[in-house]
Amino acid sequence: MLEHFISLFVKAVFVENMALAFFLGMCTFLAVSKKLQAAIGLGVAVVVVLAITVPVNNLIFNLLLREGALSWTGIEGADSIDLSFLGYLSYIGVIAAIVQILEMFLDKFVPALYNALGVFLPLITVNCAIMGASLFMVERDYTFGESLVYGIGAGVGWALAIVALAGIREKLKYSDVPVGLQGLGITFITVGLMSLGFMSFSGVQL
Amino acid sequence: MGIRQILDNMEPHFHKGGKYEKWYALFEAVDTIFYTPPSVTRTTAHVRDGIDLKRIMITVWFCTFPAMFFGMWNTGYQANLAIADGYGVMEGWRESLIALFGAASHDPNSGWDNFVLGAAYFLPIYLVTFVVGGFWEVLFAMRRGHEVNEGFFVTSVLFALTLPSTIPLWQVALGISFGVIIGKEVFGGTGKNFLNPALTGRAFLYFAYPAQISGDSVWVAADGYTGATALSSAYQDGMSALTQHYSWWDAFVGTIPGSMGEVSTLAILIGGAVLLVMGIASWRIVSGVFLGMAATALLFNAIGSETNAMFAMPFYWHLVLGGFAFGMIFMATDPVSASMTNTGKWFFGALIGIMTVLIRVVNPAFPEGIMLAILFANLFAPLIDHFVVEANIKRRMQRNG
Repeated sequence: MLEHFISLFVKAVFVENMALAFFLGMCTFLAVSKKLQAAIGLGVAVVVVLAITVPVNNLIFNLLLREGALSWTGIEGADSIDLSFLGYLSYIGVIAAIVQILEMFLDKFVPALYNALGVFLPLITVNCAIMGASLFMVERDYTFGESLVYGIGAGVGWALAIVALAGIREKLKYSDVPVGLQGLGITFITVGLMSLGFMSFSGVQL
Repeated sequence: MGIRQILDNMEPHFHKGGKYEKWYALFEAVDTIFYTPPSVTRTTAHVRDGIDLKRIMITVWFCTFPAMFFGMWNTGYQANLAIADGYGVMEGWRESLIALFGAASHDPNSGWDNFVLGAAYFLPIYLVTFVVGGFWEVLFAMRRGHEVNEGFFVTSVLFALTLPSTIPLWQVALGISFGVIIGKEVFGGTGKNFLNPALTGRAFLYFAYPAQISGDSVWVAADGYTGATALSSAYQDGMSALTQHYSWWDAFVGTIPGSMGEVSTLAILIGGAVLLVMGIASWRIVSGVFLGMAATALLFNAIGSETNAMFAMPFYWHLVLGGFAFGMIFMATDPVSASMTNTGKWFFGALIGIMTVLIRVVNPAFPEGIMLAILFANLFAPLIDHFVVEANIKRRMQRNG
């Protein structure tokens, strides 16, 4: 069992890296990777949010939405109720709510971290990597334990990618990029080359 | 009249307003091949060193010669062995060229026959690399006003040496174009990129044309010859199948099939020794790569596996097979894309070593790992530097602050 979880984690971090294999969460990935400190803050925030939202959405899916999930209520005909068309709506609502609660919680009890994360925490709500992780969880039919491990792994992978990108971009400050490519253009090329490096994991069977 | 005088006479034409103003980059390149540039440090930071980037790069270029010449001989030797075994000769202009130099008998025991055949394969590839890559380099230098940098000498020779002998020449041109433009010039030229340009081009070919270059089957310039590379036969049939074919000494000296420059660990180490003694290649990176590889290989040996034969490959075999030695000496030590700090170099090297063995052993998709491992470590080099510098600042703050 432990082995299964470890391989799931490694797979989520490296093989199926959210940013560099699926290109999810690109907007914040490109926008908040200019400074290493900011990137680390955002990375930590993503790990925390993914570690909470994916398992919670897993519960929502398995206990409320999936076909026949409502049979525990004892309602007549509950076995045939399929609410999975409400998936997108529910997941994004859950994510938004959890981020909001997390923000209030941090503000009250861990103000240092709250200040460090700043605007990134609310920004995460609309990060497609977060939504993507929940959808992958549904598609691959993870159990609760698996979805917890997957959530953390996907977050760590995304954080690793953005921190590495920020490191490279800080180095590229001294580069002499052609005018037409400055800014986002060169960042896109950089990210493409990074995912070339991450190709080393593609094909790993775990 | 010396060369200096000729150059001095020509120089005004290349300055601003002169007839050949646009060609200044080329003039400057030729000038500094013959003479040390006159420019000296003028600001407060002084570094006194007689060697500049151009001399460093040319030294690296010379240090690839043992591997290059051995590679040419071995390419011929492998092909002639296969031909002696009854495989067909590859027809075409190369064969005519070989016949012209009197090597058409394809005798694997004749050093000349082997060498000519190898040269007929390596030199066109190198020429294409040099001309196409050089074209881009000069074009960017002229348009963007930077110097034609000798980093390209190294990039071109390293790129050509990592290629198999049977690769089509148009792929060579495509690969070096990608490496030079996307890997280096869009960032502003040598010293401003973050990936090794030669490896970027090689990786581009690797993923774009896996049929020709993936490293599953060997590249021998004989018609119809197929077979597994040393690494993939070890992966499929285990170490005993490998040692039946080749002894460790074969692999160390380099009489096994493979990419042109990578086969001979011995020849690479001769060039590498020069680089290390002269302080051009960082001994920290090289040691880091080796230690990381050895530690990971030992770990896998200790774990063991019923199904995966690569777990049992000892570290001294990892060292001599595939491109490990070539990557360790020439690719990982690229001063631009590696970590800059001394402590960082150890981590950077170790990351390469660990990743190489990981890819070779656990990733069934790729028989060879060193190329992707170096690219992967390049991504994290700036990050490693950052944390090393942070740690230094913190330590000094505690001591003095």
